Amino acid sequence: MSETLMSASRADAGAPEPYLTIESLSKVYATHNGPVRALDRVSLTAGRGEFLSILGPSGCGKSTLLMIAGGLVGASSGTVSIGGRIINKPRTDLGIVFQSPVLLEWRTALGNIMLQAEARNLDRGTALARAKELLAAVGLKGFEDKYPHELSGGMRQRVSICRSLIHNPPQLLMDEPFGALDALTRDQLVLDIQQIWNELRTTVLFVTHSVAEAVFLSDRIVVMTPRPGTIDCIIDVELPRPRTLAMREGPEFAGYSRQIFDRLLARGVLHEH
Amino acid sequence: MVSAEPPIKAGTPSIEEVEATIQRNLSRRETQARVSSVLYPTLLVAVLLVLWEALTRAFHIPQFLLPAPTAVLSSLAAHADLLLKHLWITTLEIAFGFGLSIVVGVPLALAIFLWPPFARSIFPLLVSSQAMPKVAVAPLLLVWFGFGLLPKVLIAFLIAFFPVVINTAVGLSAIEREKIYLAWSMGLSGTATFFKIRLPNALPSIFGGLKISVTLAVVGAVVGEFVGGDAGLGYLLMVANGSMDTPLLFADLLVLTALGVAFFMLVELAERIALPPHAKGATAGTMQSM
Repeated sequence: MSETLMSASRADAGAPEPYLTIESLSKVYATHNGPVRALDRVSLTAGRGEFLSILGPSGCGKSTLLMIAGGLVGASSGTVSIGGRIINKPRTDLGIVFQSPVLLEWRTALGNIMLQAEARNLDRGTALARAKELLAAVGLKGFEDKYPHELSGGMRQRVSICRSLIHNPPQLLMDEPFGALDALTRDQLVLDIQQIWNELRTTVLFVTHSVAEAVFLSDRIVVMTPRPGTIDCIIDVELPRPRTLAMREGPEFAGYSRQIFDRLLARGVLHEH
Repeated sequence: MVSAEPPIKAGTPSIEEVEATIQRNLSRRETQARVSSVLYPTLLVAVLLVLWEALTRAFHIPQFLLPAPTAVLSSLAAHADLLLKHLWITTLEIAFGFGLSIVVGVPLALAIFLWPPFARSIFPLLVSSQAMPKVAVAPLLLVWFGFGLLPKVLIAFLIAFFPVVINTAVGLSAIEREKIYLAWSMGLSGTATFFKIRLPNALPSIFGGLKISVTLAVVGAVVGEFVGGDAGLGYLLMVANGSMDTPLLFADLLVLTALGVAFFMLVELAERIALPPHAKGATAGTMQSM
């Protein structure tokens, strides 16, 4: 298959040591109208500390791929492994940010972040200090004791980002985390995420359908084909860091966007009239 | 080209002044809303009572047909001891019947949630038990358990436990998949997930069931007393009816209504204690807008 060849040809030119390895992963759902292919033999590696985006149209199985990578959903065939160890149950060495904030309504912002600490038996004092630090880092200082219904959608998602980071996980999974937010809030959160990632250098798998977000944040972008999801190509983004809003309007950035849009046009995801 | 902001016209009130006015208006509106939410219904009831009193007097309606409010009140005062005695019996029946609904209903719901084969076996039974008119079972319960407190408690329980089971089971299973994923990713154990996430998530639904259940328990206790009672407010209703003492019947109804409301408010109080401020804030918002 041409797409597997393409991804293979781009493989690991001077990439960091592999952390997450996905091999020939397929996912098929049984339905009453017959089987539905979500993913078709996807192979992928993410280096330690790498920011890897998975970009594709709705229904290409990118969220499914992320959930399988987290061990939360089982694969139909193929494997996911971390440092050579095959994953067959939910991973706990990670933080997850879902498309919706998934906060517990009966806990405050701080309480929601602390759930992660409680579940992992982290030292309470240290965790509290870290939680407040994280809240401040995403501009939520003073909102510690607010309940989710008192916060805006963007604020809730920020709380959920803090919750995914309090235990300094080696891996962060983000499933279209800004999909439900307005454009300016997205811009700010993208800047925040870059800043946080720059400090922590955790391995990030970032699922998105925003080309601009993917180019802005990523070391590499995995472009997926429409259903069933396969890898169309992998693009290395070699823009200097930290990336700025001004850079987003520059020719280099546009070049990467163009490259991705060309693939999406070629695959019929987009069509110009 | 970027143009500067236009100048502010002289004489416009400062933003601080506008702010103060708006804030003052809000608190005034809130006070008014709070007062009117008590005052209006009270006024309405008062008007209706006066109208009722006037009509019964003007048209000389016989007391056994429709007693005037004053007649009901004086009957209430005259029979206070009697009513209190029967009130106590009915209170016990409702409390035990409702209590039993919780003690049986919640574990049953838990078993239904935890063990699918059990859920599949018990569901048809549960549903058909609800289709069967409980009033029709009352005579059988009397044959089995005599005329004491027990058969009334059982009837109250039979009528009241279904919403507890259903709402608890539904509340426990209705949860976003992501919340469970989240628990897994944190390495939370099954027990911890249940107590930290699933149960609190189900509480609003459980309390919804309890509120339906407690009103049904009142109905059940009264029905039980109708069928074979020698005490209780339901029994007293029958007695008052039999002797055409309609003022006492109305007084009894009044007490029974107050009892039902009291039980309902008790459950609401428990809900407010069990559900921390997040829910209170949310419901307060909807109450204001109503």
